[in-house]
This record gives sequence, structure tokens and C-alpha cells, in this order.
Amino acid sequence: MRDSPAVVAQAPEHHGPELLHHFARAEQQRDSAALGMWLFLATEIMFFGGMFCAYLIYRLWYFNEFAVGSRSLDIYMGTANTVVLICSSLTVAMGVRAAQLGKRRLLVVLLLLTILFGAAFLGVKAIEWHEKYEKHHIPGASFNVSDLMRENPQMPIDQNHEQIYFSLYFAMTGLHALHMVVGIGIFVVLTWYAWRGRYTPEYHTPIELGGLYWHFVDVVWIYLFPLLYLIDRRR
Amino acid sequence: MTVHISSNKLNVTIWITLMCLTVITATVSFIDLGPFNTIVALAIATFKALLVVLFFMHVKYSSEKLTKVVILSSLFWLLLLLVLSLADYSTRGNVRIM
Repeated sequence: MRDSPAVVAQAPEHHGPELLHHFARAEQQRDSAALGMWLFLATEIMFFGGMFCAYLIYRLWYFNEFAVGSRSLDIYMGTANTVVLICSSLTVAMGVRAAQLGKRRLLVVLLLLTILFGAAFLGVKAIEWHEKYEKHHIPGASFNVSDLMRENPQMPIDQNHEQIYFSLYFAMTGLHALHMVVGIGIFVVLTWYAWRGRYTPEYHTPIELGGLYWHFVDVVWIYLFPLLYLIDRRR
Repeated sequence: MTVHISSNKLNVTIWITLMCLTVITATVSFIDLGPFNTIVALAIATFKALLVVLFFMHVKYSSEKLTKVVILSSLFWLLLLLVLSLADYSTRGNVRIM
């Protein structure tokens, strides 16, 4: 029955090959895919939300330690990374537009730029983490914040409580960086298919969904940046 | 409804706004505003996030109302998580706060 010529021949009369037969219209198919992506992002909000919640509670308890830890971060590196991510969001937004308009070469260039910005973000992050490693600010057996105690004589801190700040710092930036690595992986695949010409104005759902993921990771950083780097800079 | 295609002018306008807000929030963090440092930083972050979600993620132009329902419910769950947890921990008399 499946191979019956009558059935096979019937489908293209009603719609193009990009429309799966259980959808009424291409618009409905796109909306369904986007809705599924948003449901996934809702679970991601709760995933990161747990960490944000832990951060807020511990900041209430160990205010001095969190202020001292926050000031030990490099605000210029943090700002540079925010700028890099915002630029990558622009290239993604322009990439979605290029896909909608069927501009293949422009789409490939914009996707490659996005990957480049993503890699730059991870590079800056690696420099920051390496500095923490050299200063013994990574939680563990060699954790030592006597340098921070000397630099902040007006704020008495407890080494164990300071370790909680840095644990949360590495957990939150680490989970975010992991999402960046996954995002770059997704965009490498998207670039490959875009180069092969798979995406057309009729079918470019993967570009849209990949874009939603990338923008979401950007939004997470938009909150991580003030919470980790900014709010305790003065006072 | 046809697919919404954002103009490059809109994309670049949003990008410039986000860049300006980043510079502003970083600069303000050097000024001592007392408790308002936190409020200003988080207000700017929320505005930036709103710009990204509404314009870059096309939520403003989405015809699918269920998408908006999913976003608002996820924000509501997040609010439950944060508000109820903080209400608990910040009103425990036997635990040192701050």
C-alpha cells in the first residue's frame, strides 16, 4: 500500500516536499517546531534557575565572601565577553534573516562569524579560569585565598565560605561554557548543511531553532555578568 | 500570517542598544549607589534579556500564542523557585543571615 504509485503521486500535488503530511500548513509546522524548542528552553530555565537560586541564598548568608570573590574577577574580561556574545547574537539574528531570504553565501558567512565569536568567548573564559588556577582560587585541596584576605582587610572572610563562592562561580560559568561548546557544535553542523544548500526560504527550521538556543545562552550570560561581576563591585 | 522577517535596521538597532546598555551597566558598577547597585544592574539585565527575547528570538512577532504561554509559565515557575526558597531561608530565625 505504501509503495502504491497513486499514494506517492498524490502528495506533491498538495504541498512541497518540505511539508510533513501531518501538518496542514508550513506555518503550522514551523510553529510546532518552535514551540517544542521553547518547551526545551523552559526546562533549561529551571536547570540554570536552581543555580541562580543557590547563588542568591548563599550571597545572603556569606555576603562578605561573595563581595570579595566578586571583586577578584576581572570586570574588563567580563565586559569584553558580554560584548562578544551580543555581537554573536546579532550575527545569529542576521543569519536567520539570510536563511529566510534564501541567501546561502551570506548565511554561511554569518554562521561562521557566530562560531568565531563563540570561540572568542571561550578563549577569554579560559584565560580567566587559568588566572584562577594560578592564584589557587579553584575549589579543592590547594584552595587558598590568603591573598584576598590581605587585599580586603576591611572585610573579614572565612576560607570555607569563600570556597562556596568560587564553587558557584565555576559551576555557573562552567555550565554556561558547556552550553557554548554545545552551541558551537550545533552551529558547525548548521554551517555544513547551509553550505550544502539544504536551507531554503521554505525550509530553514534548524537555523531558527539553533538561533533560539544561541540567544537563550546569551540571555543566561546577560544575567550571569551582573550577578558575578557587577553587583558587589562597590560598597 | 506569513513568516516575520526582521529588517537589518531593526537587528542593528537592537544590537547598538544592547552594547550601550552593557557599557552603562559596567560603568555604573564602579559608582557606589548602596543597595541600588544590585537593583540597577538587574533592571538593565532584564531589559537586555527582554530585547533579545522579543526581537532576536521573534517572540514579539510570533502568531503562536502557546509559545507565549510556555515562556510566561516558565518564568512563573522560576519565580516560585526563587521567591519561595528565599522567603524560607531569609526568615529562619536560627540561621545567621548575612
